[in-house]
Amino acid sequence: MNKTITLAQGNGGEENNELIKKVFYKAFKNEILERSEDAAVIGNLAMSTDSFTVSPLFFAGADIGKLAVCGTCNDLAMMGAQPKYLTCSVIIEEGFEVESLERIVESMRQELLINGAVVVSGDTKVVPKGSVDKIFINTTGLGEIVQAGISSNNVSEEDVILINRDIGCHGATIFAAREGMEMSSALRSDCNSLYPQVKALMDAGIKITAMRDATRGGVAAVLNEWARQSNVCIEVDEDKIPISDEVKGICEMLGFEATALANEGTFVLAIHKDSAVKALGILKGFEVCAMASVVGEVTQKYPQKVILKSPWGTSRFLETPNGELLPRIC
Amino acid sequence: MGLELKNLYDDFRDADTIKAYAKIIVTDAQKLTHPINIMEVCGGHTHTIMKYGVLQLLPSNIHFVHGPGCPVCIMPKERIDHAYVLSMQESVILVTLGDMIKVPGSSGSLQDARSKGADVRFVYSPLDCLKIAQENPDKTVIFFAIGFETTTPMTAALLDTVIRQDVKNILLHVNHVTVPEPMRALISDKACIIDAFLGPSHVSVISGSKIYEEFPRDWGKPVVVSGFEPVDVMQSISMIVKQFIENRCELEVEYKRAVTREGNLKAQALNDKYFQKVDFRWRGLGDIPQSGMGLRPEYDRYNAEKIYDSILPKEEINDHKLCICGDILKGKASPPQCSIFGTACKPTSPVGSCMVSSEGACSAYYKYGNLV
Repeated sequence: MNKTITLAQGNGGEENNELIKKVFYKAFKNEILERSEDAAVIGNLAMSTDSFTVSPLFFAGADIGKLAVCGTCNDLAMMGAQPKYLTCSVIIEEGFEVESLERIVESMRQELLINGAVVVSGDTKVVPKGSVDKIFINTTGLGEIVQAGISSNNVSEEDVILINRDIGCHGATIFAAREGMEMSSALRSDCNSLYPQVKALMDAGIKITAMRDATRGGVAAVLNEWARQSNVCIEVDEDKIPISDEVKGICEMLGFEATALANEGTFVLAIHKDSAVKALGILKGFEVCAMASVVGEVTQKYPQKVILKSPWGTSRFLETPNGELLPRIC
Repeated sequence: MGLELKNLYDDFRDADTIKAYAKIIVTDAQKLTHPINIMEVCGGHTHTIMKYGVLQLLPSNIHFVHGPGCPVCIMPKERIDHAYVLSMQESVILVTLGDMIKVPGSSGSLQDARSKGADVRFVYSPLDCLKIAQENPDKTVIFFAIGFETTTPMTAALLDTVIRQDVKNILLHVNHVTVPEPMRALISDKACIIDAFLGPSHVSVISGSKIYEEFPRDWGKPVVVSGFEPVDVMQSISMIVKQFIENRCELEVEYKRAVTREGNLKAQALNDKYFQKVDFRWRGLGDIPQSGMGLRPEYDRYNAEKIYDSILPKEEINDHKLCICGDILKGKASPPQCSIFGTACKPTSPVGSCMVSSEGACSAYYKYGNLV
């Protein structure tokens, strides 16, 4: 590892994992942490924390406030838990506009309602100009587990892999905004609370093996984490991965892979083969999930690896994204 | 209905078309009298071949040799050190194209420099430097220019604008290179096994297909100028195979939708105005005469290499002894044959040129290739 921290170590991919393992796991080592789930499971409670530092603060489809509530609530939902109580810590840069702050907090309020959660504790710090980029928000959430036993360590050959919607919208939106690309398209972040979708699946009696929201590192990172944690091979049909034309277009122009782009309302689901059709039907009942799809199966072909199969019969490994997310150059 | 972005690539990734070409190639290849080794010169092709699994569709008598056409991979370490040293100067903003940021020099990569406080930025277009310079009038913006014929005109356009608008705080560090010279250097080597070339089409959009005419004519090596989508590459391979079974040795253009014999004359004129041929040392291949494009002496006042001459390291740095990138580029070895491939040398800690960028052969093998 480097002597100084680089942006690549916050990418949700390989370098990020190394940093967490060598610094944080080493110091904080305990059984719960080592399960490496989206949220820690403590009895019938799930607990998760996340910090938010997006630039720009307001973007097509959401803002940092909505993101801060969705991010933490989604991590709880991914453990089959209903989000209940959140904390909210903000670090604000001197000179930040109060009106923007109010807009952000209003977004948080609305998103809390959707989740049925409340903020019960908070903290506010203001720091001199230049010490943070406008505003950083941390939220920590507690949720009550509705369906127990969901774990990224349990994926087996009995399961199939589903994705709830078209991927990469958040990452593509943010990159397009940063590059100042003016597009006359419907592209917007997928930032969304996932508990309603998860609840619908659980209410229908579907037994979920694993769920993970595909945030930094994208779908590629989630699939690789599962393959490793559950010691299985995940075989994915490339043409079944739902990707909108807009996201494909951005990837073409900027040189990215949609599977490596961040999402904020997209999750990967492993469920028993027999429940696949039913689960797909339930997901498709949500407007944003029109493109939900069964994308692959679980085998023992290359344990701990993810294989991407092309529609013309070739295949390749899909690796965990590494490095800072950078475009190819020619 | 107007043209949509997806019209530019959807049909060129069509599964049925790819399968149909695979069938033609397999059938035709049975008539080959000897196995053929095709070099795809450009890293973009290497990426396409590995990403779309093209090798898995080919019969056993068609091999690929992955060429030196990745501008990041071929950058010798001492020039990466130039970028690093420049970025660490007070009041300098170093600007470059994406992949360059990750490449380690002898004291670190540009992303390491950035984590130590240097102002390093990546842009999609060199012209973005103008905005950065305008927003930072008290800083010197140095554009670290890399790339083949494809990107050279963009650097020329930047300099053209800087001069016309009399921008005072933009300098260039130029590392542009050209394609035909390394191709010639490779086939001049007696041990070289290359039988035919897949020519990079984006280069020919600028320089025209004419730059490859010498290869079939003087060297007996067929060239097909190919696009970068899987259908393009499959069609081009098929065209090469047909040349061999029909005993032809020609320059053909598959990427007819954008390549002409003469190329983009306006871009060529802009290049000629600001650049001239210079010698360049290629990582993995060594010195190749007249293979670089340097700033003409009359533009010395914009040349960061001249202005910062006293602080830039001069010593040439070679890759580690165990690295076999030179042999890989000549087709004498393939990435998995290297003793440090995937162990000491990985995309996150590259030792040699071919692992450096996602367009390099080793990197592409590491990322996609274990199934081939």
